[in-house]
Amino acid sequence: MGLDIRWPIGLMFSLIGVIMTLFGLATSSNAEMYHRSLDINVNLYWGLLLLVFGGWMLLMAWRAAKAGPAPEDKNSKPH
Amino acid sequence: MNNVQLGFVDYAVLAIYVIAVVAIGFALRRYMKSSSDFLTSGRSIPAWVTGLAFISANLGALELVGMAASGAKYGIATSHFYWVGAIPAMIFLAVFMMPFYYGSKARSVPEYLKMRFDERVRALNSIAFAVMTVFASGISMNALAKLLNQLLGWNYHLALWICSAVVLVYVLKGGLTSAIYTEVLQFFMIVLGFAPVVYLGLKDVGGWGNMNASLQTVAQNPMALNLGEKAYAADAWTSAWNPLLGGPSANPMGVDLFAMVFGLGFVLSFGYWCTNFLVVQRAMAAKNMSAARRTPLIAAVPKMIFPILVIVPGMIAVALTSMPNKNYRIPPPILSEQVYDQAAAVVKASTALEGAAGVEAVTKAIGKKMDSAKVTALLKDAPKLSDADIKKGLYNAIAEYDYDGVILSLVKKYCPTGLLGLALTALLASFMSGMAGNVTAFNTVWTYDLYQAYLAPNKSDQHYFWMGQAITVVGILLSIACAYFASMYNNAMDIIQLVFGFVNAPLFATFLLGMFWARTTGTGAFLGLFGGIGGSAVFHALTTTFSNLDASGHVLNGMKGGYLGVLVKFPSEMAQNFWLASFAFIICFALTLGISMATRRTKTDEELRGLVYSLTPKIKDEEQSWYLRPATLGIVLLLCCVILNLIFR
Repeated sequence: MGLDIRWPIGLMFSLIGVIMTLFGLATSSNAEMYHRSLDINVNLYWGLLLLVFGGWMLLMAWRAAKAGPAPEDKNSKPH
Repeated sequence: MNNVQLGFVDYAVLAIYVIAVVAIGFALRRYMKSSSDFLTSGRSIPAWVTGLAFISANLGALELVGMAASGAKYGIATSHFYWVGAIPAMIFLAVFMMPFYYGSKARSVPEYLKMRFDERVRALNSIAFAVMTVFASGISMNALAKLLNQLLGWNYHLALWICSAVVLVYVLKGGLTSAIYTEVLQFFMIVLGFAPVVYLGLKDVGGWGNMNASLQTVAQNPMALNLGEKAYAADAWTSAWNPLLGGPSANPMGVDLFAMVFGLGFVLSFGYWCTNFLVVQRAMAAKNMSAARRTPLIAAVPKMIFPILVIVPGMIAVALTSMPNKNYRIPPPILSEQVYDQAAAVVKASTALEGAAGVEAVTKAIGKKMDSAKVTALLKDAPKLSDADIKKGLYNAIAEYDYDGVILSLVKKYCPTGLLGLALTALLASFMSGMAGNVTAFNTVWTYDLYQAYLAPNKSDQHYFWMGQAITVVGILLSIACAYFASMYNNAMDIIQLVFGFVNAPLFATFLLGMFWARTTGTGAFLGLFGGIGGSAVFHALTTTFSNLDASGHVLNGMKGGYLGVLVKFPSEMAQNFWLASFAFIICFALTLGISMATRRTKTDEELRGLVYSLTPKIKDEEQSWYLRPATLGIVLLLCCVILNLIFR
C-alpha cells in the first residue's frame, strides 16, 4: 500500500521525544518529582532515546522514498 | 487506594498517540476500493510489517497484565508460554503450514478448511471463531476498563467507549491494512513504554542477581509473605526447568513435564499459533509467499525476548514485596473506600480488645484474609495513628493478592509525570492492538465465510465491501455489549470461556491430519472435531483439582470440573487444562483417522493440490539468499530458543 509506516511511527516518536525531553529539562531541578524514578530524570533520558528512535525511523523512510519503489523480490510474482 | 494524577504532558503523549493511529486510518482510506483491500489488505504488505503486526495482535492487554501476574505467581517458568508454548509452533507455521494457507489463495482459515474438507467443517470453524473473537474482545475490554477504573480512577464507561471508538475509526477507514500498520506502531509503543519501567524496577531491586536472591528466599518460605501455602526448593521462582523436572509438587504451577511439553508445547501452542485466524491473517496479508512465510519467523524474534518485558515485572513485584524497606506490596483485591472507612472505625474501636478478638473483628470488617501479626501491630499503634495511616496499615495487612494489578502498580510506583503518560499509552496501545486484531479477523470471517458463503452469495464485490464495513461497526458494538455482559455476569463468562476451551482443544489434530495426510476426509474431520469437543467436555466433567475438593472428597465448584464424578485429580487447574487439551487432541486425532479410513474420499488428488503436503510441489527456496530461506531461519531461531531454555533452566 502507498503508505510507508515508518513515516507515522517516526513522526509520532520524534514528537513524543521532543515533548518528554523538553519537559525533562524544564523539571530537572524538581528532585521530589524524580524521587520515584530513583532520582533519575527519566523524562530527559528516555525522551532523548525516543527522539533518536523516531529520527532513525524518519531517516529510513526518507531514504526509501528517495530510492524510489523497492525492487521487487524475485518470487513476488502474484501467486 | 490513592489514584494517580495525570499531568498535562501525560495527556499530550496520549493525544499524540491517538492522533497518530487515527491519521494512519485516514491516510489509508483512499486505497480501500474493494472488499479484498479492506478485508485482506490485497496481499501487499512487506514481511517486517506483517511480522511485527503478527506479534502485536497477539500482545493484547490481557497478555501484558496476565503474564506479569503469572511472573509473580510462578516466576521464570512463565517463560514456557513463550519458549515452549509459542516459538516452536510459530516456526512450524512458517516452514510447513504457510505454503498451504498462502498458496491456496484462501482468504481465511475457515475458507482453507472448506477447500480442504467441505462446508460443514468450515461452518463449524467459522461460527465458533466468530463468536469466540467477539467474546474474547469483550472479556479483554472489560478487564482493562475495570483495571483503569480501579487503579487510576478513570471512568469505566468512558475508557471502554473511547478506546472502542478510536479502534472503530481507524479500522473502518483503513481496514486490515490500517489494523496491521497501527499494530506495528503499537508494538514499538508497548516496548518503548514498558522498557523504562522494567529497567527502573530491576535497578530498584538491586539488579538481576539481587532479584533472584530475594526470590530464592521467598521460594523457601512463601508463607511468610502469604504468597503460597507450602515451601519449595530455592530455585522454584528462578529456574524454568529444574522445578518442572521435580514433578508437579516441586513447582508453583503444579504441572508435570508431560502436560507442559505435550499439552502446552504441542497441542495448545500449535492449536493457537497455527490455526487461529487472528494471527494467521497477518501472515496471509503479506505481499508474496516468501514474505508470508517469513512473517511468523520475524515475529518469533520479539516473542522470544518478550519475557523480559512482561514476566520480569511480576518477578520484580515479588522481590519488592519481600523487601520491607521498599514500601511496596503486590496490590490486594480492590476494596471500596467505604470498606476501608468502616474497617478503620473497627480498628479504633477494637484497640482495647485482647489479641485474637481484635484481629477477628478487623478481618470481618475487611472481608479478606488478614495477616494477623500485622493487624495486631496495627491495633497496638492505632491510638497514635491518623485515619489515613490506619487505612494504609489495613491495606498492607491484607493477606490476599490481586496479581492482575502488578503491572499498573509498578507503573504507578516508578513513573513520574511524563513517563507515566508514555507507560499508560503503551497499555492502551496493547489494548487497542488486541481489539483491532479481533475485529479485523471477525469481519473477514463473517463477510467471506458466513455472509458470502451462506446468507448472500453471488453479490457484487462492492456489496461485500459495504458488508465488511458494516460488520466492523456491529462487531465493535457486540464486543462492547460482551464487555458489559462480562462485568455483570462473571460466572456466565467463565462458562463461555470454558466451552471455548473445549472447542479449541482438538483443533490442531484436524489441521495436522488435513495438511499432511491426503486420505483425511471431510466426514472424518467434522466428526473428529465433534468427538474432540465432546471428549473435552467429558474429561472436564470427570476430573478436578485437589483444591476443589472438600475434606470428605466432595466437589466444591462444578465450574472447575468433576461435576459428574471424580476419576482423576490434578494438582492445579493449569495441569488439568493441559491434560484436557492433550486428551481432546488424541480423541480428535484417533476419530478423524478412523472415520477417514472408513469413509470414501470426496476430493481427488488434483483437487487437493496446494492443500496437502504430499500433493503440493515443494517450494524452491534455493533462489533466495540462504539467510532468507524459512527453513534456515527456523533452525537458527529454534537453536536460540533452546539456548535460552538452557540458560534459564
